[in-house]
Amino acid sequence: MNLSRKWLNEFVDGVTVSDIDDREFAEAMTMSGSKVETYEDMGAEISNIVVGKVVAMEKHPNSDHMWICQVDVGADAPVQIVTGAWNVHIGDLVPAALHNSMLPGGKKITKGKLRGETSDGMLCGLYELGLDERDFPYAEVKAAALLNNYHPLDAEKPSIPADIQAGAKVFGPVVAAKAIAVKTVGVNEFECVLDLGGSESVCITGCQNIHEGDMLAYNTKSATVCTLTDLHAQQAEFPNCIPDGIFILHEEGLKLGDDIKPVIGADDHVVEFEITPNRPDCLSVIGLARETAATFNKELKLHEPVVKGGADAVLTELLKVEVPAAELCPRYTARMVRNVKIAPSPKWMRERLRAMGVRPINNIVDITNYVMMEYGQPMHAFDYRYVKGGKIIVRRAADGEELTTLDGNVRKLNSNMLVIADDTRAVGLAGIMGGENSEIVSDTVDVVFESANFDGTCIRKGALALGMRTEASAKFEKGLDAYNTLPAVNRACELVELLGAGEVVDGIIDVVSNLPEPTVLQLRPDKVNALLGTDVTTDEMLEILKKLQFGVDGETITVPSWRGDVVHYSDLAEEVARFHGYNNIPCTLMRGETTKGGYSAEQLLEQQLGGICRSVGYDEIITYSFISPTYYDKIRWAADDPRRESFKILNPLGEDTSIMRTTTLPSMLEILTRNYNYRNKSVKLYEVGRTYKLGGEDGLAVEEKYLSLGTYGDGASFFKLKGVVEAVLADVRAENVSYEACTDNPSYHPGRCAKVYSGDTLIGVFGQIHPLVAANYGIDAELYCAELALSALMACRGEEPVYTPLPRFPSVTRDIAVVCDKAIPVAKLIDCIMSSGGKYLKDCALFDIYMGSHIAVGMKSVAFSLTMRADDQTLTDEHAEETMSAVLKALEAKFGAKMR
Amino acid sequence: MKALMQELRENALKAISGADSADSLEALRVKYLGKKGELTAILKQMGKLSAEERPAMGQLANQLRAEIEKNIESMRKKLDAAALEARLELEAVDVTIPGDEVKLGHKHPMYKALDEIKDIFVGMGFTVLDGPEVELATYNFDKLNAEEGHPSRDWSDTFYFDKDSRVMLRSQTSPMQVRAMETMELPIRIIAPGRVYRKDEVDATHSPMFHQVEGMVIDKGVTMADLKGTLNTFMEELFGEGTVTRFRPHHFPFTEPSCEMDVQCHKCGGKGCPTCKGEGWIEVLGAGMIHPRVLEMSGIDSEEYTGWAFGMGLERLAMRRFKISDLRLIFENDVRFLEQF
Repeated sequence: MNLSRKWLNEFVDGVTVSDIDDREFAEAMTMSGSKVETYEDMGAEISNIVVGKVVAMEKHPNSDHMWICQVDVGADAPVQIVTGAWNVHIGDLVPAALHNSMLPGGKKITKGKLRGETSDGMLCGLYELGLDERDFPYAEVKAAALLNNYHPLDAEKPSIPADIQAGAKVFGPVVAAKAIAVKTVGVNEFECVLDLGGSESVCITGCQNIHEGDMLAYNTKSATVCTLTDLHAQQAEFPNCIPDGIFILHEEGLKLGDDIKPVIGADDHVVEFEITPNRPDCLSVIGLARETAATFNKELKLHEPVVKGGADAVLTELLKVEVPAAELCPRYTARMVRNVKIAPSPKWMRERLRAMGVRPINNIVDITNYVMMEYGQPMHAFDYRYVKGGKIIVRRAADGEELTTLDGNVRKLNSNMLVIADDTRAVGLAGIMGGENSEIVSDTVDVVFESANFDGTCIRKGALALGMRTEASAKFEKGLDAYNTLPAVNRACELVELLGAGEVVDGIIDVVSNLPEPTVLQLRPDKVNALLGTDVTTDEMLEILKKLQFGVDGETITVPSWRGDVVHYSDLAEEVARFHGYNNIPCTLMRGETTKGGYSAEQLLEQQLGGICRSVGYDEIITYSFISPTYYDKIRWAADDPRRESFKILNPLGEDTSIMRTTTLPSMLEILTRNYNYRNKSVKLYEVGRTYKLGGEDGLAVEEKYLSLGTYGDGASFFKLKGVVEAVLADVRAENVSYEACTDNPSYHPGRCAKVYSGDTLIGVFGQIHPLVAANYGIDAELYCAELALSALMACRGEEPVYTPLPRFPSVTRDIAVVCDKAIPVAKLIDCIMSSGGKYLKDCALFDIYMGSHIAVGMKSVAFSLTMRADDQTLTDEHAEETMSAVLKALEAKFGAKMR
Repeated sequence: MKALMQELRENALKAISGADSADSLEALRVKYLGKKGELTAILKQMGKLSAEERPAMGQLANQLRAEIEKNIESMRKKLDAAALEARLELEAVDVTIPGDEVKLGHKHPMYKALDEIKDIFVGMGFTVLDGPEVELATYNFDKLNAEEGHPSRDWSDTFYFDKDSRVMLRSQTSPMQVRAMETMELPIRIIAPGRVYRKDEVDATHSPMFHQVEGMVIDKGVTMADLKGTLNTFMEELFGEGTVTRFRPHHFPFTEPSCEMDVQCHKCGGKGCPTCKGEGWIEVLGAGMIHPRVLEMSGIDSEEYTGWAFGMGLERLAMRRFKISDLRLIFENDVRFLEQF
């Protein structure tokens, strides 16, 4: 919400920019609850530009298009300024940028020479001042085609001879005519005396670039001076006859030497507020004026609109309003204006609209926007001609009904949307946008002003469904004050009279379906202080509420109609806090019963796992919880794999984020891939991430956490990853850990994948990613991943460690190598050794596996280092021998493994 | 004999002092004192002496032996010391050569920031809660006073799993307030960090998934002054002592009064600079007194109990903390990024 501080001054005294600068204003308003986003001095970049009058001008001797002007800027002597614009005439008032002046955009003007002639400044065009024709419609430049500026496209074949004489025929009724005298007779009106080659003629033209001596193309039939369009000429043929030029000022009361800023409305300061959705009343100048007055303890001066009326008509004969959709339209207020003269609105109105970020259009449309800005009440103006049957019906749209809105789009409607209709068809989309069929146009004569209150949710949903959130709908959707429609429509009529834009018809149509009763609350000062932790006096509380225009009767508070957000004593507490000052509330530390606080066992486990992973070089990642369903294809899950059953987002941003993952694997693979594509050579990553499976309570997900590991490069291998998995399990003191080959997981290499268990509990799976999966991600390298369920890790956490005495006697180490069938897993051999070794065998460590020469095909040699020790004496050779032979015997008996 | 011993002594001591290695020293020991050494050879002539001469000569021989041994020993120490010195010199390394790399893993910068926040609140007696991300609209909206029709419930803002808009991805961590109120004993002091989801396209400051930390206190006699005091303490812990803060009025459906908390810009000290967009302040969190209706909806008597709550975005905090310029870096997980923290 933008606020013009000049406009604000109309309602609150003592808050002008010179009273309170922008920064101080922004700070105070922010602290009282109206958050200021930015503020801007509209003329900050303009300096030393003044009103000047062209008192003499002559052609530049060294240029075919420049003029040397003598400009009176109210000083002792005129200033010489060279300009390239052709729309300047003697007597014109112009914005003159003097030596050392500044234009919007930071452009600096200094004196200098233009082709040898001194120029002590610059005459400014509209755009150079940061304006356009919408701000000053009269400043639009219309250019005649000057034959003395004609440059043929093809020098060999000119359409017009270079030496064309006055009176010569150009084509049809168009002849060459020389301007003998040019006189300004009105705003953009020039009287030209023309030499038609023997005869003379006088014509009035709007073309602004004609000077004495120019050769024109004159249409003798229509008695007009031809433009480029009239000659079907291209711009390149008349390079200097452009519809642009100096901004010739036609404002009243200008004095030579005046600062240009107030003339063009650049003396305003605009403050942009962030208005929270509970305060739609602050989406208006009056709303912000209330807050400003309360913030700075100034008087609020509101104005009651006064309408003279008196048009020759009876309102009820012209217009009837029916509201069948009463539940969506609590109030519909309308007035009429006859004999409207559509014209640009006055400068002050355009300036204010422009400061608020609204584009001026014409007086009637500008009035509706002005009232919307001032009162926060959206208004609409219909052309009465197109309200068939003189009847306005506020009804739900029919399903499939179509309406072309003001923006030219055809909208397909449904019965959840509210329309303004006449007897035959919809003429507007209620609270959102008018219809093209009843738009105010240049020949509009009679106008209906609508000032209505619509249901916020209906407007919001309609605007959303149609994708057309407008200034009006953005206000309505927050729920507006139904008491505001009447003053707003009267203000619009008052402005019509002020602008002389038409005759207001007496009477008001006001269909009220539901006008809410005012909210009445008890203040409860003790509760307010208890909530805030303050000791604000009751008097101060009442004063605050009074200045916010709450009705105060003892401690009974009547909430103003525009404050629909205040329904509870805690809302009153906020009002008190805002104006007592949030920063005047003391700071205290928590009191009361102490709480233990802390982390849950699962959170502690997560922290522990993160610690282990980082200690072995793995970096933590954060991945999106949603994935694309095609990611299941990428990890080669079968089309009918039940794990594909996922939570599907019905309104996703895109397919890539459309379902909730049931596995963390694709997320990890995506990040590995990204790093691989970034040519990061070796990567180790971990994440404790959630999966989301169907079947939770209340239709929610079963959200399970997984420790997900992924790595490539730096000698990554199955056994390196297994070492990490083992370290994780050792750190959580998992017991009875076993590994089992897993050949049927489609995402993993069938020969390099294992499931890991603690007892019977499956903890997870890890191994090399299947080359086909890697290929699906475009990776030509070995990827290794692990997925360990947090719940299983939680369940298999071992007991707290208990100290066992350190061995008092030395141990003996013996190595053995046995040859056995290649298919026998090493884990089975180790199990066999440990179970057969007896009490002296303390450890068995694999140190070599060999296949090749000297070993039969299909066999392997496996070497172990056995550690033996007795707890009560130094181990004897006999004991060691006994142990070894028992082990070898068992290996042979069980696996046919023979000593090598 | 005495003369022989005298001669031996002179030769031996001279030879010892000229020894240049442990080996040559050992050879000298063998030569003079060994079983077949020169002293032994002299002593073998003892038999020729009279019984009266023998003890004196024996004593002399022992003295000589001791003297030679002592000389050998001291020479050995000298040689050892020299040898050690030579070895140490030989073993000297260029200490500026980089050490063998030990690759440590790195915590994600955002969780680094989060862990600090959690520790601060745990220290103040808060319990850390975890909750569902696939959530009921009832918890995310209704019980937080954002009734049907509240704009944040729109399908353009929030992700839904069913046509009835019943099951959704939580758009804030605030439903954890309700879950805590419904399940925990009073008084309650919790924080609940986690992932939240909103329908925002990815850009330098937006992501459809991001993180928040929710905090809530409910007890008898809890005031807005407590809210200010506790959050000020928290900010001082996080940003350092002397951190200047301010509380501004704001609006949230589930708190009343509501506020936003700003921290004075560390760059300009409140004067206004590009970091704080000229405001002098940087917004860090939203907070407020829990709306009495929200307490009542979760079965807590709002006449007896009051509470306050806050919610803060984690990404922005981590980004500011580590001067990360683009939110996308957080979720891109490029190791060259991760390993900076």
